[in-house]
Parts: sequence; structure tokens; C-alpha cells
Amino acid sequence: MSQVEVRNVTKRFGRTVALDDVSIAFEDGGFFALLGPSGSGKTTLLRTIAGFHFPDSGSIRIGERNVEKVPVEKRDIGMMFQNYALFPNMSVAENVGFGLRVRKVGSAEETRRAREALELVQLGHLGDRRPSQLSGGQRQRVALARAIVTNPKVLLLDEPLSALDKTLRVDMQIELKRIQREVGITTIFVTHDQEEALTLSDRIGILRDGRIVQAGPPREVYNRPVDAFAAGFLGEANWLSEGALAGLTLPADPSGRRFATRPEALAISAAAPAPGMNAVRGQLVQRVFAGAMATCLVEVDGQPWKLIARDRDIPELPGDGAVWLAWAPQDTLVVPA
Amino acid sequence: MAEVIHAQDRRRLLTLLGPAYLWLTLAVFLPLSAMLFFSFLSDMPGDAPDWGVTLGNYTQFLENPTYATLLWKSLKLGVTVTLFCIVIGYPCALVLAKSIKGRAREALFLMVILPFWSNSLVRIFSWAIVLRGNGVLERTLNWILPFDIRLNLMFTTEAVVIGLVHSYLPYVILTSYLALQAIDDDLIDAARSMGASKLTILNRLLLPLSLPGLLAGAVLVFVPVVGSFMEPRILGGRMGTYYGTVIEDQFVAVYNWPLGAALSFILLAVVLVILGAASPVLRRART
Repeated sequence: MSQVEVRNVTKRFGRTVALDDVSIAFEDGGFFALLGPSGSGKTTLLRTIAGFHFPDSGSIRIGERNVEKVPVEKRDIGMMFQNYALFPNMSVAENVGFGLRVRKVGSAEETRRAREALELVQLGHLGDRRPSQLSGGQRQRVALARAIVTNPKVLLLDEPLSALDKTLRVDMQIELKRIQREVGITTIFVTHDQEEALTLSDRIGILRDGRIVQAGPPREVYNRPVDAFAAGFLGEANWLSEGALAGLTLPADPSGRRFATRPEALAISAAAPAPGMNAVRGQLVQRVFAGAMATCLVEVDGQPWKLIARDRDIPELPGDGAVWLAWAPQDTLVVPA
Repeated sequence: MAEVIHAQDRRRLLTLLGPAYLWLTLAVFLPLSAMLFFSFLSDMPGDAPDWGVTLGNYTQFLENPTYATLLWKSLKLGVTVTLFCIVIGYPCALVLAKSIKGRAREALFLMVILPFWSNSLVRIFSWAIVLRGNGVLERTLNWILPFDIRLNLMFTTEAVVIGLVHSYLPYVILTSYLALQAIDDDLIDAARSMGASKLTILNRLLLPLSLPGLLAGAVLVFVPVVGSFMEPRILGGRMGTYYGTVIEDQFVAVYNWPLGAALSFILLAVVLVILGAASPVLRRART
């Protein structure tokens, strides 16, 4: 268990710059999500920390050790792959014991620790099976057990849950979080699923074009995005056009800034809202009922806006679709233009 | 397929498979049956008026130890050539499948397949030019090395092995390549992340997972090499008498087709017995 520190790392593949002067620290025992669109460099960053790539410049520390020139075999990491990458020619127990056997811990200890790891992921009874005889969720757990059995300094997860269907994914998220807490291992995981990032991690890093756009606790990144990309990528943002700013209480000088709201911060009504609230007029395009929650798509000054609220909190709306959208002034997002 | 096949499906199956079976019957089954029939004749009908059915051709194999000696020699040749093909071909396939990407791979692949596209006689005589005394190989070595060297490999067992390995190497490379390429690179990355060295990865992952392909290639080499006659004859000269050349002699020189046919079927039986004995190993590799 160690702190991981990436300092000024640049990595090029041919002419493309995959990582552009990236500096980021991963706290000891923390659960860190790297989030970004495809091609943002998040996987490259993970694989560079793992040791599959060596940075062109910059340094990487795992614990007390500078590892930027150490190959992956010697970095003492645990990694979980998108497609699990279980060895099909070995049993589940052999898969989990592989890293221990490589470290020559002795067969008795290998068996004991492999069983412990399998019990941790609640698969103690399946050690003799082949990976091909397991379900997707079980394979996932085996891959996790295999990644942590050697007590690595850091656990790296490359889109670990993206191959699972939605219900199973939520179960695995909870399970992953439980095991991570139990083991206390520094965990870095890559995902393009923002909900997953918010659910699991205690810190988030948003990447774009090989740079870290913003890093911090999920709530902070969500509520105070540093730029329009971060605001739009983590959660959804309703942008206020310049013409709509008049009469609103804004937290900052509008010159050189853009303002937005989150869909869940809005209230919709047919009548003008109480004074003290920010409000804009809009035209209701669609109201989508989804059980407990409902989504309203509203056109505001030519911009598409979205509102998410409990369905019961949305009042009867007029037939002509002319509505007010209101939010508390402190819920306004501010980013540089 | 395990369910009941309806009449309509059966008809469709027959139409689709029919041509293939017809071809197999015409091209494989009938000639083989004819040969099997010949192998039990005392003389070819038409050659001698008093031909009859006999087991004599098969007993000849037992009576004359030369045949068994030559068969043993041919089997040893098969094992030698197969081993060389594996030792040379598997690393080639490994590099081709796991280290080289893109255009370079295509170019190298072409060079691997090239022996297949050249006429085998041309190929063998080219080796003759290279291997003979004062040939390409000897001259090149003398040109590079500071001391004088005499190297005449022509008409030796080594020449036969070199020629055969060159002819059959592509089989091992192709089958191993396909098996290796099917192995997900993430498996290798996963093993590396657990601290496995390259050797461990080769022994515990790549070899076991590609063994079916490697063995398929080995079988594809072993079987024809045991019965080979062209390379032994041209490159082996006096040393090149093998079981295959004896069979060939029966057909083209001595014109004793029944004996040639009998010897062929004995070879077929021996090869089948060897493959049958090896099949548990082959089957285990597949799972």
C-alpha cells in the first residue's frame, strides 16, 4: 500500500502526444478514478503507471521508489483488465495462485493465500473450475482476487466493469468498493462511465487530450468544474446563453465567464417562481416519465435544457408548453469562457 | 445439430455435402481401394496371365529385414525433420505473432509462404547448387572465413534433412502462428503484471495455449516426411535410400505395383498406429 505520484510525465506514440506533462498524486489507500473520453490518455496513464509504457520524460513514484524505468514485471502492481484476461489453461485457483508461484512462495502458502483471496471475493468454493465455466460476474471476481493476492503496492483497473450488464455492474461496484476498503489498497481505475466514477471513487481525475483537466473529490469536481469540458463531461450542464443573463443573480462578473446549471438543480413551473430565485422562460419540448424520476427537455433561448426531478415534484404543466425554470443563485456553475 | 434432423434438412444437408463426398470418393476412396486391391495381387492383371490373390507382398516385408530397417530409418528421418521444423518454426511463429506488427509482418509472412509457391523440384535442385562441393555455401564460407574450408554436404543425410526442413517448415510456422495469434495479448500483459518473466510466460501460457497448433503442424510435417522420396533421392544420392524411395522404385523402376502398394499400406498403418498412440497427448493439448 503506497502513495503513487506521477510528475511531469509526457508520453508520445509517433507524432501523437498521448500524455502531455501530466502531474497527479494518488493518495495512500485511496480510490481514484481516471475519467475521460476515448483518446484522452486515461488508459495510457494507467498503463504507464503499470509499467507497460515508459514515459518519454517525467517521473513516477510508487511508495518510496522511483519506477519510471522499471519494467512492469518488477513494479509489484496488481492489474485487472477489461476482458478479465484469465488464463484459460489454468483452473481458477491456479489463476489466482499464478503471481504467488512466480514469486516462489512455496506451494502450501500459495494454496492458502489463493484460497483466502478467493474467499475474499466470495468464490472460495469454485477454485477447481475452469474460467470458461464461470459467469461474467464470477470471472470478474476471480480477476480481482488474482490482482490483489500478491499484496501489490497499487491496484490498477482498466474499465473493469464495462463488460457486465447493468444490474451486475452495480453489484460489482459495491463489492469492489467493499474489498478495496477491506484490503486498504491504493486503487486507480480507468472508466468512461461518469456514474461509476462518482459511485466508487473518493477522488476523480478528468483527462482530455493527454492532460489532466481537473482532479479532486467527486463532489467538488461536480459542483465546481474548472472549465466547460469538465462541467459537461462529469454530469450534464444547461448552458445560459449571453442574452438570457439579464435579471439573474450571478455569483461572478459575466465578462469572460460562462454560466450553467445542473439538471437536478432546476424546478419547473407554469407560473413565475418566487423572488430571490434565478429563473428563465422556456418552451417544454418533452416530458419523459421514468418511474421515480422524470426528465423534462426544455428549449431556453435556443439552447436545449434538461431538468431531472422526482416525477411527483413536477406540477401540472400548461398545454402550450410555456414554462419557467428556476434555481437557487448559489447553484449556478461558473466556468471561464 | 443434436436435435432431430428433419427430412427437409437432411435433403439440404445432402445437397450441400454431396459434391464434397463425391469428390472424396473419386479422388481418395477409389484410388486407395484400387491400391489396397493391388497390394493383395501376385502380379498386375494384364502383365502376367497367371495373376492371383496373395498375401506374399506383405510377407515380403517381414521376410526381408531391409524394408523394416528402411522404415525405421524413414521414421527417424521424420522425427529429426519434425524436431528441426519445431525448433526453427515455433520461435519464428512466436516472433511473427507477438513481436512484429503491420507491414513488416505481411512481408515476413510472404517469405514464409514462398517455399509453397515454388516448384518442389526447382527448390530441391536449388539446394543441390548450394550444398554441393565448391557450391554456393562452400564459396561463401571461404569468402567470409580467413581459413580454407572444405564443405561438401551433397549426398549426405544432412542435405536430405536440410531440404526437407525447408520444404515443410511453413506448415509448423503457419499452424503455430495461427494458434499464437489467437492468444489475447491481455493474457501476456496480465502475466507480466503479476511479475512473470518472459520464460515463465512462454512455458506456462504461450506453449500450453498454442500446443494444439504446434502439434497439428508437427503431424503435417511428420506424415509426409516419413514417406518422402524426392528430397532423399536428389539430395541424398547413395545415402538417400529410404522407405519412400523404395516404394517409388516399385512403381516407376521395378514396376512391381503390388509390392509398392503393400509397402505403402504398411507405412500408412504404422503412421496411423503412431498417431493413435500419440492421440491422448494431442487430445489433452486441445482442452
